[in-house]
Amino acid sequence: MYHKTLGYKLFSVFNYLFLGMISLLCVLPIVHILAVSFSSMAPASANLVGLWPMGFTTDAYEKTFGNSNFLQSLWISAQRTVLATVIGMALVLLTAFPLAKEDQSFRGRTMYIWFFVFTILFSGGLIPSYILIQKIGLMNSIWALILPGAVSVWNIILMLNFFRGLPKELEEAAFLDGAGQFKTLVLVYVPLSMPAIATLSLFTMVFQWNSWFDGMIYMSDVKHYPLASLLQTIIVQQDFSKINVDPKLLENISQRTVRAAQIFIGALPILLVYPFLQRFFVKGMVIGAVKE
Amino acid sequence: MKEVAYSHSDTPVSLRLNRKKWNMKRNWPLHMMLVPAILLTIVFQYVPMAGIVIAFQDFKPWLGFTGSKWVGLDNFRFLFRYPDINQVIWNTLVIAFFKIIAGLIAPFLFAVLLNELRSMAFKRVTQTLVYLPHFLSWVILGGILLDILAPEGGMVNRLVVAFGGQPIFFLGDGDWFRVTLIVSDVWKEFGFGTIVFLASLAGINPALYEAAEVDGASRLKQTIHITFPAIVPMAVVLMTLSIGNILNAGFDQVFNLYNPLVYEKGDIIDTFVYRLGILNGKMSFATTVGLFKSVVGTVLIVISYRLAYKLANYRVF
Repeated sequence: MYHKTLGYKLFSVFNYLFLGMISLLCVLPIVHILAVSFSSMAPASANLVGLWPMGFTTDAYEKTFGNSNFLQSLWISAQRTVLATVIGMALVLLTAFPLAKEDQSFRGRTMYIWFFVFTILFSGGLIPSYILIQKIGLMNSIWALILPGAVSVWNIILMLNFFRGLPKELEEAAFLDGAGQFKTLVLVYVPLSMPAIATLSLFTMVFQWNSWFDGMIYMSDVKHYPLASLLQTIIVQQDFSKINVDPKLLENISQRTVRAAQIFIGALPILLVYPFLQRFFVKGMVIGAVKE
Repeated sequence: MKEVAYSHSDTPVSLRLNRKKWNMKRNWPLHMMLVPAILLTIVFQYVPMAGIVIAFQDFKPWLGFTGSKWVGLDNFRFLFRYPDINQVIWNTLVIAFFKIIAGLIAPFLFAVLLNELRSMAFKRVTQTLVYLPHFLSWVILGGILLDILAPEGGMVNRLVVAFGGQPIFFLGDGDWFRVTLIVSDVWKEFGFGTIVFLASLAGINPALYEAAEVDGASRLKQTIHITFPAIVPMAVVLMTLSIGNILNAGFDQVFNLYNPLVYEKGDIIDTFVYRLGILNGKMSFATTVGLFKSVVGTVLIVISYRLAYKLANYRVF
């Protein structure tokens, strides 16, 4: 029995220590930011704060929420996330259902699949997409953030593999009972696919909340920025020129504790859905990996 | 439903469906369901592909696609003579290469070590913690890294100084910048990367270990002769598929961490295209660079998928 040898016991102890340390390394930076955000200014700028707040205060959060730019972008992010998830999931279901059919029963399926898959392989690139958004007048509109990415081919593939895992007899039974294709999708497939729908919705929500680049190029004014784009501008680039606030407030924004608070608020929705996400995503990955 | 009326025979439904090839009567709703996605894909994916023509023009937004001058392959000639381009391509390859290698080894080893844990609770907590960074965006992580890597008073440099070292300018020195990119990318993604390896580990038949144990194999021997052979095929597949990513050095990450100090060693094709096209307004030239990358990338993806199919019988679709 290898468990009883001294060598294996030693290895085990080191293994636990090592893996424990690595796991902590993945969250300590976030804990540090949280600690800084709740610290008062003096210890934070003197670099004294470690993993626990010093001179506890919620000052940084009050200042953050006192900034109208911040609140506005928070609202835009919320709208964007909800709209894009609802529209995206509707499209995934509508598209995955026909594509999950066998070739013999739905002629043209292969052609449609390639039509979508080709967009994974090849794209027009940044500049032509940018010109398109300009030409069709979507600049500064929230739809510029939602429509270009609304059809997620990866999600469609995951969903169609899930559909294919459902027993074929269900569809035949629905057909014999007189249900059309649309009814079969809505009344048979959708209720049975709730785990997959939940998984993909959560992934889409996280993706939408995190998206920042489209906001920065398609919105010419900061007041249309989603939160991720605003954070990119004021925390990463530290560019305050686009934000119209009085200099006194500007001083506040640039403080380390306020920056930490903003970072943490940006991460908070992800941290909140993470427990649910984690329960699903291992299953979700398996859905995608196991076929037929 | 008229069709149902004829279906009292013993012919199974699926067979009866084959008879009429297009079977529009029954299948038209299927075609209709695809319409919204197809329209959106045409507008937002295929129309921009047509926009690639500006790579062969001297595109001026106020002249439009029809009014701008055609220049043939001039942009491509210019591309290969452009002074910075070789450096940018080299940076992309170096950064992507090390990310791919480190991004394979770290999750591989971590999964093997995780597999040795006997406490399920500890294993679950560990997994929860290491998967987390994958879900945070590079804007958030960029903000965090800017803070903890600051040369003066950043957490990391406080540790470096505590151990008697000199503060390191992680994001301001070219070589350190590359190291930072690779390490932080591994830090973000290795946990999530273990999932596929853990899935292959779960597929190992426990009888193999029992038999090895009866034969007196040590745990190390079992790991080398049972565990590794079981997950190496997955590593080979991932390795092969990653060939298609060799030109993707990670726009989000580089863009959120770089600054003019490290352009020389940290600028990659995607950031270069952005600065050129969006900030400097050289739309035609930026599209040319993007097209070059896109074509090479597509060819590499097709090759890598073929290889993965040949080597490991792996299919995505």
